[in-house]
Amino acid sequence: MNDAFQVHSDPELWEELGMDVARFSGMPPMLTNAYKNIFLSQHNRPERMSYFDDMVANIHTGRIREIYDAKKGGKPVIGTFCVYVPEELVVAAGGICIGLCGGAQGSIADAEKILPRNICPMVKSAFGFKVGKICPYFQVVDLVYGETTCDAKKKTWELLDRYVPTHVMEIPQMKRERDKWLWLDEVKDFKAAVERITDTVADFDAVAAGIKTINAKRFALQRLNALRHHNPSPISGRDMLLIEQIAFYDEPVRFAQKVHALCDELEQRIGNGVSVAPASTPRVMVSGTPMALPNWKLHFIIESAGAIVVNEESCIGTRYYKDLIDEGSTDLEQQLERLTERYMKIDCSCFTPNDDRIAQVLKEYEASGAEGIIDYCLQFCHTYNIEAVKLREACEARGIPFMSIETDYAPDDVGQLQTRVEAFLEQIRG
Amino acid sequence: MQVGIDLGSRTIKTVALKGGEMLQRRVVESGFEPHRQALQLLNDHPQARVVATGYGRHLMQQHADLDIITEIKAHALGARHLFPHCRAVLDVGGQDSKVIQLSENGRIVSFQMNDKCAAGTGRFLEMMALSLGYDLKQFGLAAAEAQASTAINSMCAVFAESEVVSLKNRGVAPNEIARSVHLAVASRLAAMVQKTCDCQHLVFTGGVANNKTLVAMLEKALGVPVLVPEDPSVVGALGAALHAGCS
Repeated sequence: MNDAFQVHSDPELWEELGMDVARFSGMPPMLTNAYKNIFLSQHNRPERMSYFDDMVANIHTGRIREIYDAKKGGKPVIGTFCVYVPEELVVAAGGICIGLCGGAQGSIADAEKILPRNICPMVKSAFGFKVGKICPYFQVVDLVYGETTCDAKKKTWELLDRYVPTHVMEIPQMKRERDKWLWLDEVKDFKAAVERITDTVADFDAVAAGIKTINAKRFALQRLNALRHHNPSPISGRDMLLIEQIAFYDEPVRFAQKVHALCDELEQRIGNGVSVAPASTPRVMVSGTPMALPNWKLHFIIESAGAIVVNEESCIGTRYYKDLIDEGSTDLEQQLERLTERYMKIDCSCFTPNDDRIAQVLKEYEASGAEGIIDYCLQFCHTYNIEAVKLREACEARGIPFMSIETDYAPDDVGQLQTRVEAFLEQIRG
Repeated sequence: MQVGIDLGSRTIKTVALKGGEMLQRRVVESGFEPHRQALQLLNDHPQARVVATGYGRHLMQQHADLDIITEIKAHALGARHLFPHCRAVLDVGGQDSKVIQLSENGRIVSFQMNDKCAAGTGRFLEMMALSLGYDLKQFGLAAAEAQASTAINSMCAVFAESEVVSLKNRGVAPNEIARSVHLAVASRLAAMVQKTCDCQHLVFTGGVANNKTLVAMLEKALGVPVLVPEDPSVVGALGAALHAGCS
């Protein structure tokens, strides 16, 4: 299995998508090596991880082909960068929704030819992928829907629009009644924009179906996360993170089925006492900023240091799936209100105040049986960075070991991070 | 016999203990192949129980049968051994600086380490000394002698160097610039300490603690006396040696 694994290449398809094929052809071998090293080297992985291994093997080929064929068959593709953009409405209108967040160092130099250096690496990575024509997902989208969750993003959209049509929805940054009405209007504008591009009108039944599909995907992830909290852990933290990342580019119905199939296997493993690490393994929860594909840096450091990651309180993590939309609506207006209510529960640090998030982190800490929290902050993400102060206070008041780190995608601080993570584990062990 | 070896970014330190007494301590340059240097140092103590710490601890473990602990734990153990009432440790080495907060019984409560940045490290001081034409010893003395200082605004090693160049070109005396750099580092370290812990009973370890000018400035910035061991650079190695005794 380990030797046979390969991230596939399809230069013809890439050419057709207008990619920089010569440059991109180095990417699959690099990813192959990283994936073998980080994922396939693990012992006693669940067998049904094989589906997700295949999703990685086909990340630049099979899945792209599938999306591209659907697009040619009349399903427009909409790219997003944030869990606030309601993908239910894309599905309802007959489109495909793909998360485009960038998690690789390789495209940052492309971005820095245009953008200032001192901004978030995720924004730079994503922008660089488009500018350098080195992301097949970016090439296949018809339209990008950005939002205003941070300054780096909202100003970058103005520039991104030169390369791909980019719409922006305004996310309120407080949660008062009037903010909810603003948000509902934004949701309606979004629905109309999606309908224009898909050339359909998403009626009550279509929206109900869209909500049902995405609810089912989120519910599958909830089930998986609850199972992974078992001690001893039936699945590693990095495998869970990978699945949370794949949630943003896989076909939602199939993805949910495969996640449930994996859950069935994990239930069996728990019943049979099969685990990936002994019960005495230190359990660490990660909170904070998202880790977009292929950002596995922190999980790999933590798990290589002899601990296991048991929860991701993150947009690529529980923030994406902790809430479902009430399916009991009787008309379209009500559906959109219920949808808006669900999205208003997302506790992104762009909101002020945002104390719900502190409570949520503590809740997940309890539920996951973690023994300490590592708060992960991408460089220049001021809102999460500042919120770490309150999180630290809340943890200290409860005697929860807490460490916050600030990093980016470059490998140059791996040595320092290893030291800090190991010292944190020494602290947990006492 | 217990031996602690601390493979730092600039130097390798060893401490040999027997019955709680320090028999030997050594400090050598890391060189290009730190593990060879380290193995050679360990040749002196073939029968000892060895614990490695520092940046090169994992490399060391690939070449010798020994246990490892992080620098953070090692400095905490070492500082606590030398100063039993110690409640906080500031360790400034070649590559990073850390603040460790200890409970009354010596347990690590929390710690902070500089992020992706060389500001406030030994390397930073070394770069600044170099651009002013001093060696490290002269650098501290010059700073102590200077009567005036000016604000160094940038704590990024790269930008601070260009700031130093522009001060030189404005005709500011080198010893005044040296003093300014020391003050900037002291205030940054003081802020790091104050952010992490109550600074009573603070022990300052690591090679940078040999710089008496910086120690005095730090004491002034914190408003409390700072405890400096006789040889601050071997405290990590001492902690590792102590750990070898309890593992």
